[in-house]
Amino acid sequence: MRKVAIVGAGLTKFVRRALETPKELSFEATSTALDSCGLKLEDIDCVAHGSAPDAFDGIHQKGEYLADGCGGWNKPTMRVFVGGATGVHAIIHGWHHVASGMFDTCLVVCEEKMSSAMPHAQGFFLTIFDAITERALHPNLLWIFALEMNRYMSRYGYTKEDMALAAVNNKRNGQLHPSSQFKDEVTVEDVLNSEIMAYPVSRLDVSPVSDGAAAVVLAAEPVARRLTDKPVWIEGVGWTLDTAYWGTRDLYYPRYLDKAARMAYEMAGIREPAKQINIAEPYDPFDYKALHHMEGLQLSPRGKTVELLRDGHFARDGNLPMCPSGGLLGVGNPIAAAGTMKVAELFWQLRGEAGERQVPGNPRLGVAQAWGDLMQVSSVVVAGI
Amino acid sequence: MAEKVIVSGGTPLSEDDIRSGKIFFTEDSLDCAYAWDTGVAINRYLAELKKGKIIATECRKCSRIMLPPRLFCELCFVPVDKWLYVQDTGIVNTFSICHVHWDATRIKEGEKPHLPAVIEIDGASKGMGIMHLLGEVEPEDIKIGMKVKAVWKPEEEREGSITDIIYFKPL
Repeated sequence: MRKVAIVGAGLTKFVRRALETPKELSFEATSTALDSCGLKLEDIDCVAHGSAPDAFDGIHQKGEYLADGCGGWNKPTMRVFVGGATGVHAIIHGWHHVASGMFDTCLVVCEEKMSSAMPHAQGFFLTIFDAITERALHPNLLWIFALEMNRYMSRYGYTKEDMALAAVNNKRNGQLHPSSQFKDEVTVEDVLNSEIMAYPVSRLDVSPVSDGAAAVVLAAEPVARRLTDKPVWIEGVGWTLDTAYWGTRDLYYPRYLDKAARMAYEMAGIREPAKQINIAEPYDPFDYKALHHMEGLQLSPRGKTVELLRDGHFARDGNLPMCPSGGLLGVGNPIAAAGTMKVAELFWQLRGEAGERQVPGNPRLGVAQAWGDLMQVSSVVVAGI
Repeated sequence: MAEKVIVSGGTPLSEDDIRSGKIFFTEDSLDCAYAWDTGVAINRYLAELKKGKIIATECRKCSRIMLPPRLFCELCFVPVDKWLYVQDTGIVNTFSICHVHWDATRIKEGEKPHLPAVIEIDGASKGMGIMHLLGEVEPEDIKIGMKVKAVWKPEEEREGSITDIIYFKPL
């Protein structure tokens, strides 16, 4: 396999409702990513793109519709979709294209426009539950998170305040991100006082609904070295699926992530991730998920994560900054684009180009992760400089 | 180092922009209808529910007693043909107290919150949980680890559905 580097990245702003169409959003992020590394579309060999269910946009075969905006005209173009994990999985998808030797350059583009579905895109998540044994109970998507959050908290005796600390950490980081859809500081009290939706989930435990796009450019080693003196290497990739019988798993621990993380670390030659990884972008659609995923990523001992969070271990200037981008809680959650945004954050942080968000101490190794489908799939990318 | 241009596009719209006619939009509504066959294993599961019983299958290789029952073990990847009844009691593995509908609108004032739970059914392998609802319990009294029992619909009202169990109540 060939070495593959990230050489450019671009985003749109993440907003509750965007004027631009999905194709236009994709074009903005894609052209910004190309400009960032001085490439033209003619320099790109192939396109790997990702977007969530067609039902969100009400456009069947959305991948084909989006392709023009992703620079896919007359190029080998493939869409990947694994629910919430799509944004990181698309990077792995693109990595295959280049690592295999088939292509020298690949554009990875992820887009989501969640505002079109009326009255709420959440409606489409109702159909992820088993059609016969679960949907008859009229579940809503929040149930699954509330059930998992409660199981996780009760296992270790964590409180809602403990979980709120993660929301505050990420939302504070996100205030510095140029794509963020938030401007206001959020306190632990704000999270605790926000309306209860499905105990233990309150409104500010949850990331928002967003529109947005993200793109990165991947290149094989010789091309990457010509383009930049600071290529960010994809050191390891991993992904696994757990069973769709989600009630059968013990939800306190993200087993679906454990194996994916170990696979990525093994490829990257990382033996002690908690010591070797400098920045982490765990998937954080809910505050508890950031902590849950830090454990699955082997970056925090099970049940000790809140203690480390309280000690400032995961702060921007801590030993292992968690979601320096702000994550989904702090920047926004246009589903597929949010995962790619996390990989873009590793790119900027590892190059020392994150501006006021920059993590101190010249970080050299970072990990980004996303999670999706029926709470069962995880995709992990380790990047280093 | 100076920050490069990394963000372009994503123009925020407000409800007002749309209401005031500044932004045009089109609308469409899709009406999708489906009828699902229940499959071999779940058909038997539902038929037994109609009789007021919960049936599981056991993998002859890993000995897991699985709920909902299935025709193959997804871990061992072998066919499964051993059927056995389990109890209609179990313990609450986790639960939620839900005050919102799927579109995040609040339930009506005075309406009881929905009480979804994962229930580990007695007689199935440890940790073998199914999603169902809790009832006849005050939300503040629900505890993880609590023993519960199925409350069945009257026999003549059962129709071969997971809702033949109305909910699980504390034992």
